[in-house]
Amino acid sequence: MSPDLAFLAEVVVGGLLSGVMYALVAIGFVLIYKTSGVLNFAQGAMVLFAALTFVSLTERGLPFAAALAATLAVMVVVGLGVERLVLRPLVNQPPITLFMATLGVAYVIEGAAQLAWGTQVHGLDLGIDDTPIDLGGVLVSRFDLFAAAVAGLMVALLSAFFRYTRTGLAFRAVADDPLAALNTGLRLPRIWSAVWIAAGIVALVAGLLWGARLGVQFSLSLVVLKALPVLVLGGFDSIAGAIVAGLIVGAVEKLSEVYLGPVIGGGIEGWIAYVAALGFLLVRPSGLFGLRAVERV
Amino acid sequence: MDALPLAAPRPRPSAGVLGLAALLVLAYGIVPLTGTSYLFEALLTPFLALALAGLGLNLLTGYAGLLSLGSAAFMAVGAYAAFNLSLRLPFLPLPAAILLGGLVAALAGLVAGLPALRLRGFYLAVSTLAVQFFVAWALNRIGWISNDSPSGIITAPGLVVAGLSFDDPRGRYLFSLSVVTLLTVLAWRLVASPTGRNLVAIRDNETAARLVGVKVARTKLLAFAVSSFVIGIAGALWAFAYLRTVEPAGFNLDRSFQILFIVIIGGLGTLRGAFLGAGFIAVLPLLLSRLGAAVLGDGFDSGTLEMVQRMVLGALIVAVLIREPAGLAALLDRAGRRLGRRAA
Repeated sequence: MSPDLAFLAEVVVGGLLSGVMYALVAIGFVLIYKTSGVLNFAQGAMVLFAALTFVSLTERGLPFAAALAATLAVMVVVGLGVERLVLRPLVNQPPITLFMATLGVAYVIEGAAQLAWGTQVHGLDLGIDDTPIDLGGVLVSRFDLFAAAVAGLMVALLSAFFRYTRTGLAFRAVADDPLAALNTGLRLPRIWSAVWIAAGIVALVAGLLWGARLGVQFSLSLVVLKALPVLVLGGFDSIAGAIVAGLIVGAVEKLSEVYLGPVIGGGIEGWIAYVAALGFLLVRPSGLFGLRAVERV
Repeated sequence: MDALPLAAPRPRPSAGVLGLAALLVLAYGIVPLTGTSYLFEALLTPFLALALAGLGLNLLTGYAGLLSLGSAAFMAVGAYAAFNLSLRLPFLPLPAAILLGGLVAALAGLVAGLPALRLRGFYLAVSTLAVQFFVAWALNRIGWISNDSPSGIITAPGLVVAGLSFDDPRGRYLFSLSVVTLLTVLAWRLVASPTGRNLVAIRDNETAARLVGVKVARTKLLAFAVSSFVIGIAGALWAFAYLRTVEPAGFNLDRSFQILFIVIIGGLGTLRGAFLGAGFIAVLPLLLSRLGAAVLGDGFDSGTLEMVQRMVLGALIVAVLIREPAGLAALLDRAGRRLGRRAA
C-alpha cells in the first residue's frame, strides 16, 4: 500500500472505531425513545454518573468486580427512580415537555454526581493498554478494538434479547403501538421501568469506555452531543441505525478533521457531524433506516 | 409538534390592559426612582434581556410549534453583528446598529429554518444544534468577527442615543426596558394578526392549515426569521446593556437551554410566559446563594453551591412540569380566577 493510502485507511479505521463509541451512547437513547417516545437528554448525565461512581469506588479500594456490581446497582436505582418520579407523572404529556423534564433530570444527576464524588478529574484504567497494533500496514489502537468488541457484544446481546425473550417481545409490542400493547394486557409501567434500567446499564458500559478514553470528568456528560447527530442520521428508534450512523459519523468526522481542517480551520469536529447528518436528511428525510412515512415528529 | 399544552391566544380583558399599564408605570416611574444600582445591574437588566430572548423563542416554539435549541447562537449573532456594525460604520446611530444586528440574526434564522421545511420535532431540534455549534466555532476561529481580539472577547461601545447617555446602571435599565416594551407590543400585534393565527394553525394541524390556504413553508421561515430577530436584539441587549464585555462562551448551549427553560416554565404560547419564566430564572440563583449562605454559613465552598444550585434548578424544572405542564402563566391564570371568584 502506498503511504498516502495507508494513511487514509488509518484515518478511516480510527474514525470507524470512534464511531462505535458514539453508537454506544446513542443506543441508550434509542432504547428509551423506542419504547416511550422520550428523547432522554439525561443519558449523558447517566454516563457521567456511572463512570464517576465506578472510579470513585475503585479509588476507595473496592476491587474491580465489586465496584462494577455496586455501580450497576446504583444505575438500576437511578433508572428506576427517574422513571418512577419523573416520567410516570408526566405520562401523556407532549414530547417537548418530556424532553424538558429529562433536561431537568440531567441537571439533577450532574449536580448529584459531582456533589457526591467531587469535581476533580479521575483517570480510569480498565487494564487494556493503548498501544497500537499493526494490521496489514494500518496502525489500530488496541483500546479502540476492545471498545468496538464490547459495543458489538452489547448490540448482539440486545438484539438477542429483543428477538428471543418474552420481555423483548413486549418491548417491541410497546414500540409498535403502545395502546394496542396495553390492550393485550402488557403492563406498560413495568416495561418502562425495565427499559430505564437497561438504559442505565448501557450508560455504565459507555461511561467506563468513554471514561477510560477521556478521563472521568464533567465533560463526559457532553458525549450526548456526539450521539445526537448519530441519532438524527440513524433514526431515533433504530438500534441498527445507531450503529451504522455511528460508524458514518465517526468516519466523516475524522476524515473532515484531517483533510478539511487544514483548509477551513481546526476544531470543526464540533459541528461537522451535525452538518453532515443534516445534509443527508435534506436528501432523504426519513434517515438511513426510516421505514416509516416522511412524517417525523 | 402537535398538541402543545396551551390555549389559543385570546383577546386580553380590559383588566389585563389596566394591569399592564400599572406595570409600565411601575417599571418606568417608580423603579428608576427607588431602585439601587445592584437591583438594576444584577437583576433587572439581565431579566429584561432574557425575557426578550424567551419572547423570541416563544414565537417559534410556543406559537409555531418548532422546537429550537440554538437560541444562544442567534443571541450571539445579534450581539456580534451589532458590535461589528457600530465598530465599522461609526456614523451609524446605536439603535440602528442594534436593529441591523437583529436583522442579521433574522437572516441567520432564515438559513437555520430551511431544514424546517423537511424536518420536524426532535429532528429539527437537533438540526438547530448545528447552528449553535457552527456559530460558536465561527466566533472563536474567524478573527474579524471579534476585531481580532484574543478568544473572541468583545467590548461593547457606550450606550449613547442621540447625544443622550444611558451609560449608567439606571440608564442601561431604561434603555433595555424601552426596547423590550417596544418589541413586546410588536410581538403582541403579530400574534393577534392573521399571520400569528397562521403560526398557531401550523402548530396545531399542519395539513389542515395547508388545506385552508396557509402558506406553510413561507410561514415557517417567517417564524424562524421573526423569532431570530427578537432573540438577536436580546443578544445585543445582553452584550451592550448588561455585560458590556462578552465572550463567545457566554452564548453556549447552556444559554440556549436556559432560554428554553424560561419559555417552558413560563408557559408556551403566551407572551407573559417569557417574563414570568425569565423572572424565575433570574431570581432563583440569587435566592439560592442567599439561602445557601444562611443555611451553610459564610464558609461554604462556591463549588458546592454551584452543584446544589444545578440540582435545585433541575428539580424545580421537573416539579413545575409535573405540577403545571402549561407553565407559570397557567398557574397565574388559575390563581387570578380563584381570586376573582372570591371577590365576586
